[in-house]
Amino acid sequence: MGTSILSEVWTQRGVFCMLLLLLLCCFSGKCEPQESKPSTPANVPTVKPLHNQINAPQAFPEEERASLPVFTMDYPRIQVPFEFTLWVLLASFAKIGFHIYHKITIWIPESCLLITIGLIVGAIMHSVKEEPPAVLSSNVFFLYMLPPIVLDSGYFMPTRPFFENIGTVLWYAVVGTLWNSIGIGLSLFAICQFEVFGVQDINLQENLLFASIISAVDPVAALNVFEDIGVNEQIYIVIFGEGLFNDAVTVVLYSMFAFLADLPIVESSDVFLGVARFFVVGFGGVLFGLLFGFVAAFTTRFTHNVRQIEPLFVFMYSYLAYLVAELFAISSVLAIITCAITMKYYVEENVSQRSCTTIRHVVKMLSTVSETLIFFFLGVVTITSEHEWNWAYILFTLLFAFIWRGLGILVLTQIINPFRTIQFTFKDQFGLAYGGLRGAICFALVFTLPSNINRRNLFVTASIAIIIFTVFIQGISIRPILEYLNIRKTNKDLNTINVEIHTRVMEHVVCGIEDLCGQWSHYYWKDKFKKFNDRFLRRILLRDNRAESSIVSLYKKLELQNAIDLLDTPMGDISAAPSIVSLHDEKKMEKEMSRPKKKFLAADVRKMHDILSKNMYKIRQKTMAYTNKYNLPDESRTREILIRRHASIRRSLRAGSFHEMPAQNIPKSQKYYSLQPGGDLESAFALRRRSHGGGEVDRLSARLQSSGVSLRSSSRSLVPMRRLNTIKESGSAGEQSATSAYPHAPSPGAHRRAPVPAPRRRSSDWAEGDEDLADLEHPSGGVQPLRPPQLPPPRGWLPENQDPRENGAGNPLLRHSSQGPRGSGRS
Amino acid sequence: MGALQSLPGQPEYIGLAEKTGFSFDQIGVLHKRFKQLSHNEETLRRDHFNEIPDLACNPIRAQIIEAFFDRRNYRQNAVGMVEEISFEEFLVVMSHFRPPSPHMTEEQRESVRREKLRFLFNMHDTDNDGTITLEEYRHVVEELLSRSGALGKETAKSIADAAMLEVASISMGHMEPDEFYEGITFEHFLKLLDGFEIESRMSIRFLNMDTTTLCK
Repeated sequence: MGTSILSEVWTQRGVFCMLLLLLLCCFSGKCEPQESKPSTPANVPTVKPLHNQINAPQAFPEEERASLPVFTMDYPRIQVPFEFTLWVLLASFAKIGFHIYHKITIWIPESCLLITIGLIVGAIMHSVKEEPPAVLSSNVFFLYMLPPIVLDSGYFMPTRPFFENIGTVLWYAVVGTLWNSIGIGLSLFAICQFEVFGVQDINLQENLLFASIISAVDPVAALNVFEDIGVNEQIYIVIFGEGLFNDAVTVVLYSMFAFLADLPIVESSDVFLGVARFFVVGFGGVLFGLLFGFVAAFTTRFTHNVRQIEPLFVFMYSYLAYLVAELFAISSVLAIITCAITMKYYVEENVSQRSCTTIRHVVKMLSTVSETLIFFFLGVVTITSEHEWNWAYILFTLLFAFIWRGLGILVLTQIINPFRTIQFTFKDQFGLAYGGLRGAICFALVFTLPSNINRRNLFVTASIAIIIFTVFIQGISIRPILEYLNIRKTNKDLNTINVEIHTRVMEHVVCGIEDLCGQWSHYYWKDKFKKFNDRFLRRILLRDNRAESSIVSLYKKLELQNAIDLLDTPMGDISAAPSIVSLHDEKKMEKEMSRPKKKFLAADVRKMHDILSKNMYKIRQKTMAYTNKYNLPDESRTREILIRRHASIRRSLRAGSFHEMPAQNIPKSQKYYSLQPGGDLESAFALRRRSHGGGEVDRLSARLQSSGVSLRSSSRSLVPMRRLNTIKESGSAGEQSATSAYPHAPSPGAHRRAPVPAPRRRSSDWAEGDEDLADLEHPSGGVQPLRPPQLPPPRGWLPENQDPRENGAGNPLLRHSSQGPRGSGRS
Repeated sequence: MGALQSLPGQPEYIGLAEKTGFSFDQIGVLHKRFKQLSHNEETLRRDHFNEIPDLACNPIRAQIIEAFFDRRNYRQNAVGMVEEISFEEFLVVMSHFRPPSPHMTEEQRESVRREKLRFLFNMHDTDNDGTITLEEYRHVVEELLSRSGALGKETAKSIADAAMLEVASISMGHMEPDEFYEGITFEHFLKLLDGFEIESRMSIRFLNMDTTTLCK
């Protein structure tokens, strides 16, 4: 324990050292052009360092003779990408730093930490009189930094809850944002009329512009907290959707008010045009998004031969949607969001699993970089830029932002509540209102304000104030407050088949009852859309367009997990030896079952590992070479797994009803066994695995829960698919080791359904799974050969308690032969 | 229109409203729908349900319809099936789907939850023996997947088996090899769907307005 802390401290120190080093790099890099400044002719007025640096190299040819330079340095050439890279690196190191001691990020949101680091860096830069990098311009922000952020939220939007609550989400996002902007803008304008505050020169348009900027909530920090404490789905999706769509609304309002702010006089017709434009911009964005989303989905239908560039299509099409929307000056944010939502479903079915993972990671990565940089700049700019501090204006901004947010939620909820099945309680409303943090987009918008707006500095200062206030005060306090309030919670990691089945049952029941009552709701539309989707969209957009129930897909997912678990804790299938991972599991299970713990000698572990690598790894390579998995990866895999599942069920069925397995013959569980001194460890393992019929599922569910499947980073890609290549393997190797594991058992070839099941069942003949199931259905055909002769347990094991199976089936699912028609049919 | 029709029936609605918790408006709307479904008769039979076109493509239509004819769902401790139902029974079954009120104590919420789960349980437990056996569960899953086309019974069966194994592991913990899992009892069912927000999912916003003219 002590050492771990020590090492933690060390790593932390190491990271800080690195940060320092990086900072040094930053500064030394940036000081370079300044040093060369005196040498340049002084006729260029030094407005922007960047400008200067571009001019700088031109001065050289005059002064020097044209001799071949041995060592040259052309810093201005690489300056922008170089500094950008350093900034990103610095921010990433900061992120690593936060997560070394992960308790920090539980209590303090990451955005706070980023801003803090930014502040520190800003302070250092300020002390060495360094200008902040002039990277964040309006164009850079709108063309390069905003798209990844929005793409991320659009792509990872939990689709189902969103469409279940779409009315509420849009209500809050659109009306709420309008409400906030207009409310705050008008009240600030009212404040501006007072002479005492000295801000009379801010006119109505500018106030509205500013208000529209600061009404964009950016609830990343709140969402993290919500997700952590498992707040109920409705609030979560409302906050999420609000953050997403009010970006769109804000950007529209922003451009509109920025335009209006230029006009000297606003006529009433301008207002109507503005409203009309608002709708054109919004619906245009959605249309473009849909168009590009479908085109992207359609394209990925044909990419199965060029898997490497599949992810590219997703990014290029969504970016294209963004740019084209920008071209026509319609809402590019809405376009990219709609594009992402539209294509996600189809693309993820078309592309290979790897591409899917790549897409998810890259989307996340880009947005993290972008957001991190913005927060970082926020910190730096806060320190380094000039501020215009007007107590009255800033305090009133804070006050109004609070009041209008609270009021807005209260009023809007009262209006929307009668239309909701599950109404928002006051606690929920408080959560909604308090989760309205301001963030990166707000800062970026205000920072890119054109400089012809008078009092721009005041706006920047006020925005920074409100961001820092909400992010720090609200962001830090939201978790304790929500926990204290005991807000309605949801258990999110219910990833069991039963829950999925009942979710579906519930949907159909509710839909049916609504049909009976003769009313429509989103279930009705969902049903209609599903039919349309199955009939047309899937046929056009998907390569493999067979409709798949969500139960089946979840089932497959669980199967996958199960298969992986089976590989990790081999039941003797792949090889008779456990992997290191399985040893770990084994120990955990031992604890659970209060079994005496076994200690493995290092040599044993190594031996097992050897066997494992021999039996598994090479086969895996071979399989990859033989089966061209790039063609039909998902299908073949899932089929294997289904077969595997059949096999395992069949195994457990048979284990119970026929008592064929030695381990089942020997009573109860492992705690009654002891390893004889001369016993072979491998055979021990093979045996113990036999009797784990029920534990398998335990482990599966435990594992699912521990893997922390979360909604937002929707986890399909978490399943490490690559392990599956091992499933199909030639039987010979497994058989080898398994036979050697049972030196005294009759050879497996002796009986068709050998009593020592390890080699045959799990090796080469997976394909027989179906046939075997058929056997189960028609027991008359297959029973005879199934019944094995009574075997003595292998010598290595000595049961302490011979209390065999007077009691029939071991499979928990089947009735005893006397109890039910099915059971009797089976045994 | 709906209001006019419901006026004469107002006194009888009082009893119904107390019993089911619906408002008069809602009862009026549902009554009108009932008349529409039964072609102005006093009772509904199964074939009336089978005529509803919207319901025709619901994969678990049979279970939904049976739930209306199941005495267990009438809140009066009776068992068995009936052949035809009056408006009162129709309404009582419907009342299982009322959304929970936002101002409930924990106990009330828990009882609403139990009641809704009981409805669901009864739907699965067709022979009313207090357990959902593997066959019954398989049947549910098969019906659920019956619209998914080529999947076939094998998949449904293996899914049901896996689900049942899961139930066994959740409710019994570790089972000895010679133990046998009878089926899902109601207690296990509660435990199984512990985190499942049935009170919000099994809820319908019953309208106060009459929209039945829009539907077939």
